[in-house]
Amino acid sequence: MNFWERMYLPAIVRGLGITIKYFFQPKATYKYPEVQRPYSKNFRGQHSLKRDEEGRERCTACGLCALSCPAEAITMISAERQKGEENLYREEKYAAVYEINMLRCIFCGLCEEACPKEAIFLDGSHVPPEQLRKDFIYGKDKLVEPRFDYKKEQKTIA
Amino acid sequence: MPMADGREQIKMAEDVKFKVSIDGIPVEVSPGTTILNAARQIGGDIVPPAMCYYSKLQGSGGKCRTCLVKVSKGSEKDPRPMPKLVASCRTTVMDGMEVQNITSPEVMEARKGVVEMLLINHPLDCPICDQAGECHLQDLSYQHGLASTRYEFERRTFDKIDIGDKVQLHMTRCILCYRCVFVADQLTPQRVHGILGRGDAAEISTYIENAIDNEFSGNVIDVCPVGALTDKTFRFKNRVWFTKPVEAHRDCPTCSGKVTLWYKGEEVLRVTARKDEYGEVEAFICNTCRFDKKATSDWTIEGPRDVKPTSVISLNHYDELAPPPVVKKSLSLQEANKDQFERAKELL
Repeated sequence: MNFWERMYLPAIVRGLGITIKYFFQPKATYKYPEVQRPYSKNFRGQHSLKRDEEGRERCTACGLCALSCPAEAITMISAERQKGEENLYREEKYAAVYEINMLRCIFCGLCEEACPKEAIFLDGSHVPPEQLRKDFIYGKDKLVEPRFDYKKEQKTIA
Repeated sequence: MPMADGREQIKMAEDVKFKVSIDGIPVEVSPGTTILNAARQIGGDIVPPAMCYYSKLQGSGGKCRTCLVKVSKGSEKDPRPMPKLVASCRTTVMDGMEVQNITSPEVMEARKGVVEMLLINHPLDCPICDQAGECHLQDLSYQHGLASTRYEFERRTFDKIDIGDKVQLHMTRCILCYRCVFVADQLTPQRVHGILGRGDAAEISTYIENAIDNEFSGNVIDVCPVGALTDKTFRFKNRVWFTKPVEAHRDCPTCSGKVTLWYKGEEVLRVTARKDEYGEVEAFICNTCRFDKKATSDWTIEGPRDVKPTSVISLNHYDELAPPPVVKKSLSLQEANKDQFERAKELL
């Protein structure tokens, strides 16, 4: 080692230079709880059961999602729409019970593809962690999207 | 003398066999057989589909036109082809006849047109319909139908009617095959339902919603090729492909008692007659068997029903565990596993 190298100063300056350079570069990380990384467009997350423009449930319990599901995560019990429930359910038959076992689900999106009524989409975020296995069986309370008035939304936009 | 002669002739007629070829496959059938039945004697892909013809019902057939075939050679004596496609369920064979079914592009084209016509007024509500999965119209439209409709007008609609307390009639789905009318005609002493109206307005109905209370009336459900007549006790209970069909019989005083039970778990959801490969029942069953005996204890189970592997009903049924052939039994490994297990138990 010669004199300059024994001084260690140039090495320290060079190291500082790298640090300062990275100060001014864009960051690769997100400050998670405050800033959340956006999902990609084709991300498949938690399922939601959709409503139509009048706020009626689209699902008619045809069973094609359950049939296509490779993990057999979906079960349903159908029921007949009674008189006076026309504003709740779109078709004459509806799913009285609709359950997805999120531990079984592999988020392949085949249910979405199989659905003839455009009733199920995997457009949610990640499935949150739970303490108990039974809490991962999502019923209609968690799956059906909240009611909204399509016509009112239209008016506010206009 | 003429008596003896006549007998001789009848005996001759019984012995005579007509040689027919269907799609190039030769078959010998007795005179008076229809082309459709001759094709069924051969079996396989060359059997024309039939929506209205039902071999157990007299006079059925000739209405839906799905069984159209091309006769390229009329007979040995008159080898001219028939000028138009003919309905194979109503045309009897002649000696030396040559028939084309799936080998003729003309027939396939015509069948496509027929399917389109059958679907003109059909609501295509298969996601709701209880017949989906075992519907002949569904199969037919998958095989021959277009992906979309060219029909721009409003489809005819009817209110649904309860025929009795066990049978539901969805007239909107009906293709007017008349099978149920023949059932009512031939299985029951008085005809309780038929066709009202004509043409586009024709509908199956009991006259002024009379209830059908005959013991064999439930068979209209089985003969219906679409979901127009469905079992109300099975209505929206489950999809056909989630249920497991099991053959069973019981000592029934009114009918043969040979049925198929459709299980979901421990529960019998539905009882139907046994159907053969053409969707025709083997023996008609009575309403007591069909609607009232829905406990396993009522029946003697024979075994699981044979379902074609291509059928949607066979999906998701794991009857037997078939381990892959690469997994070999290794005794030394089993011994080692046992040791490991014992050690793990001691640790606990």
